[in-house]
Amino acid sequence: MSEANYPDDLRYHDQHDWVRLEGDEHAFFGITWYAQDSLGEVVFYDPPELGATIDKDASYAEVESVKAVSDVIAPMSGEIVEVNDVLEDAPETINGDPYGEGWLVKVRLTAPREAEGLLDAGEYRKLLEG
Amino acid sequence: MNAMTETPMQRERARTIYEKSKPSRRAAVLPDAGVPERPLEELIPANLLRAEPPRLPEIAEPEIVRHYNRLSRRNFDLDSGFYPLGSCTMKHNPRLNERVAALPGHARLHPAQDPRRAQGALELMWLLQQSLSEICGLPHVSLQPSAGSHGELAGLLLTRAFHADRGETRTKVLAPDTSHGTNPASVTMAGYEVVKVATDERGGVEMDDLRAKIDADPDQVACLMLTNPNTLGLFDQSIAEIARLIHEAGGTLYYDGANLNAVMGQSRPGDMGFDIVHLNLHKSFSQPHGGGGPGAGPIAVSERIAPFLPRPQVVRRESDNGGGPSFDLDFERPKSIGRLRGFQGNFGVFVRSYAYILSLGADGLAEASETAVLNANYLKARLSEGRAGERLPVAFDRHCMHEFVLSGKPMKRELGLATLDLAKRLLDFGFHPPTVYFPLLVEEALMVEPTETETKESLDAFADAVEKILAEAETDPEIAKSAPYTTPVRRLDEVKATRRPVVRQPL
Amino acid sequence: MLAAIGVDSTAELFEQIPEPLRLGRPLALPDGLSEAEVYERLAELAARNADAEAEVCFVGAGMYDHYVPAIVDAITSRSEFLTPYTPYQPEISQGGLQVMFEFQTAMSELTGLPVSNAGLYEGPSSVASAGYLAMGATKRRRFVVSRGVHPHSRETLATYSEGYGAEVVEVGLEGGLTDAAALAAAVDGETAAVILQSPNFLGAVEDVKALGAAAKEHGALLVVACDPMTLGILKPPGECGADIALGEGQPLGNRLDFGGPSFGFFCATEAQIRRMPGRIAGETEDVDGRRGFVLALQTREQHIRREKATNNICTAQALNALGAMVHLAWLGREGFRELGELLVQRTAYARERLAAVEGVELLHEAPVAREFAVRLDAPVGAVLDHCAERGIAAGYPLGREYPEHEDGLLVAITERRTPAQIDELAEAIGGAIAGFHAHGAFLGDRPSKAPVAEGVA
Repeated sequence: MSEANYPDDLRYHDQHDWVRLEGDEHAFFGITWYAQDSLGEVVFYDPPELGATIDKDASYAEVESVKAVSDVIAPMSGEIVEVNDVLEDAPETINGDPYGEGWLVKVRLTAPREAEGLLDAGEYRKLLEG
Repeated sequence: MNAMTETPMQRERARTIYEKSKPSRRAAVLPDAGVPERPLEELIPANLLRAEPPRLPEIAEPEIVRHYNRLSRRNFDLDSGFYPLGSCTMKHNPRLNERVAALPGHARLHPAQDPRRAQGALELMWLLQQSLSEICGLPHVSLQPSAGSHGELAGLLLTRAFHADRGETRTKVLAPDTSHGTNPASVTMAGYEVVKVATDERGGVEMDDLRAKIDADPDQVACLMLTNPNTLGLFDQSIAEIARLIHEAGGTLYYDGANLNAVMGQSRPGDMGFDIVHLNLHKSFSQPHGGGGPGAGPIAVSERIAPFLPRPQVVRRESDNGGGPSFDLDFERPKSIGRLRGFQGNFGVFVRSYAYILSLGADGLAEASETAVLNANYLKARLSEGRAGERLPVAFDRHCMHEFVLSGKPMKRELGLATLDLAKRLLDFGFHPPTVYFPLLVEEALMVEPTETETKESLDAFADAVEKILAEAETDPEIAKSAPYTTPVRRLDEVKATRRPVVRQPL
Repeated sequence: MLAAIGVDSTAELFEQIPEPLRLGRPLALPDGLSEAEVYERLAELAARNADAEAEVCFVGAGMYDHYVPAIVDAITSRSEFLTPYTPYQPEISQGGLQVMFEFQTAMSELTGLPVSNAGLYEGPSSVASAGYLAMGATKRRRFVVSRGVHPHSRETLATYSEGYGAEVVEVGLEGGLTDAAALAAAVDGETAAVILQSPNFLGAVEDVKALGAAAKEHGALLVVACDPMTLGILKPPGECGADIALGEGQPLGNRLDFGGPSFGFFCATEAQIRRMPGRIAGETEDVDGRRGFVLALQTREQHIRREKATNNICTAQALNALGAMVHLAWLGREGFRELGELLVQRTAYARERLAAVEGVELLHEAPVAREFAVRLDAPVGAVLDHCAERGIAAGYPLGREYPEHEDGLLVAITERRTPAQIDELAEAIGGAIAGFHAHGAFLGDRPSKAPVAEGVA
């Protein structure tokens, strides 16, 4: 994805992660266009274990480019119910399609109200400009 | 690039020695066993024997020599050109050192030889220890660690033993955000937690932040790791106060000796208040870098840390019957942290460094530092003129010591050239580039350390090359972005190498 | 130059050092000497060492007096290999990077494991690094180590474990080999790694596969230290279930040098590649499609991953690994195996000769490859002195590190130890023991070949 893009239907965390809510109890997480652009081409994704509990604002995974390693911060708390295993052989999908095929984990939310504290697309764009 | 413009070396495609092998060719002629031979299975059970020999090269000696000679020419090296890598201290490696290291008395001496019959080796180690002790200003030295980061680990383990001996358990080690990556890596290996300390606008430790980090939990502060001058090439003038704060909190003060080349004979880490110092013999003490080692990372420590030094220690004993002194390996060290490696350390490196110290002497070592600092300041002055002055401003505007850091931020903004591109274009001009993207504190960093080896002409040539590259980029920035053009290979696909690592020849 | 900088003297450049911290006097070291004088000093020191030219060397214990061919010196002394820095600018470091790639291939072949790094410092610290890897891989903190593993490796592991917080449990030997029952009993679900050595320190060839079953059963990593010179003959750790094979690389292409520099080799299964310590060269292409090599997987290393690096190592032993590669190329596939066979045959001969000497018994009867242990019916130190006076360094005394073998001596064989020298060794040891029993002391009936220190207690 060559142009900066921040879909309006997502919620954003200031550590450059996005949330797509699925119903009341589930969500998909990933990293934003800005994050993948800063990192460069992703060569490796180190996912959490299925069933692992993750806490909002804490690191739950790592994404690596050739010259850098980035912690991925959990935008909300929950339990990992699915890991995107496409990324094992094709981690660069995160660069090409960070919001679609490049999703990182699916989570069963333990505190859905945390979504209220997240930024919307406009607020996130403002954060990047600032 | 096309067939008309390829250099001969570029045209020569890389082939490994395995690809040059032909079945049953060989170089070695071995002696006959000369003893009655028994079937292998009688001597060693069949299930412990190897069925197929490893697939090593099958190649004659002249081909081996040609292969490695041709390979060697695909390397840039210090004997061929300028290597201004910051914090690496790429100074000349005297060949005398190779000659003396090859003397059979040194080279063919078994490490487990009886110390009574290895007195020359032990005395050499002791004399080297004494010399390093004087240079550092600390009384006790262990030569055991094999490299700087090994010395760092040793220093942290000494710190742990020191605190344990006083009945204390401390968990945190402080290090500046500008520290070399080995510092935090060593901290974790030693079982401590890293706490980062900020850098101020003069390039030194941000004192308020240091105080805050200590005050947050003084009983948990085990150690502060620093280098002085720091990785920005600047002498931290608050060092006495820093030492006082750490010692007051009960921690040890550790000196990363990577930048010692700035201060030999001028100032000593022991006098600055450091408890533990590591030295890099492959930096300030002329051990050749070898493409990535060997080196050595001896440590010098204060009196209170001495009981914990690794075992064995080289000691000198006075004779009790009127004879001369003798030297020995002392294993009776009840508080020692133990061993960090096999035998005594990289003795071959000690021989070379000792020869270097003898060659330079007190006057020469001080002169080396003076010249290193002069050369760095001169090059910095040259690079503050013209285009370099505008596009590559120095990160901190003061006299530097033996190295300095420039920022490529304006170059990137105005010409679209990253520090990486400048580095790659320098390769076409026959220079090894400076260190790039370190320290992390400076955007688009370029860390330059010329060392005392370089002449004024050499420094001028480098500054002129930088000027040319920047001028070229004003007209056509794409040139540098696709550089280098004349090296044996051009820019390499590092993504491919890491995504699907191929780390051996398939056979 | 001063004018360009804008100062009147170099002293001004040092004003940034606060006055109280300036040394203000010359270093208390002698002034510099001429090259000729330095050479004389170093030669004088060298002359006071009984090296392998003064005393025929039967001492092993991890470092061996092999014959390193002359082309190794010729190649490792080339400026282009001797003086460059670590290959961070790969375009001008293809020589060094390709050497690493070839070396990694060779070590992978020797150990039977697919992944090798470009080398670590030496053998014992490589064992400690394997422990660190195992902790990261299994999230456990306990090592079970055989007493057959080199004492320096066990001590180094203990030192490092104090830091990174691991518990080390040692398992004893029976008849020169690791006590299999004791090992199986010691391994449990908290064990990160089982660490073995073959041939072990007493020279005995261990059944690594059988011993390693306990590790497999409990999900612990199997770490095997091995002697590279025996890997042409012995089944490699990779074929015995090892997750990591490592060891002291000195026998390949490196001098004794009183213990260093040498290198440690470190090989592992594919599964461990991202946890590997040290540099790894990887193959790739340049923008024009030319084959080339780069440092791969750098995100493991300290300069990128800092406190989360797989290891703190930076400078390693690249030149020593080059020496090893050249030596291996010179030996070649056939020669390497032939050398291994020669070692086994001469070792068998030496073992037989010594066992036949009055007052000498084999310490164990387990199979050996190039080193073996005997028991002497006379104080070992005194026997060694007697042999030294006859220009023979007879072996490594076991007593300090194996108190249960105070009468033990470890004898090592290389291709330089001729049958005639082996016969002389047997005679010298026999003479020493006989003399001891006859006179209760040793009579020095031949002048010393080797210099001995005066006035040593």
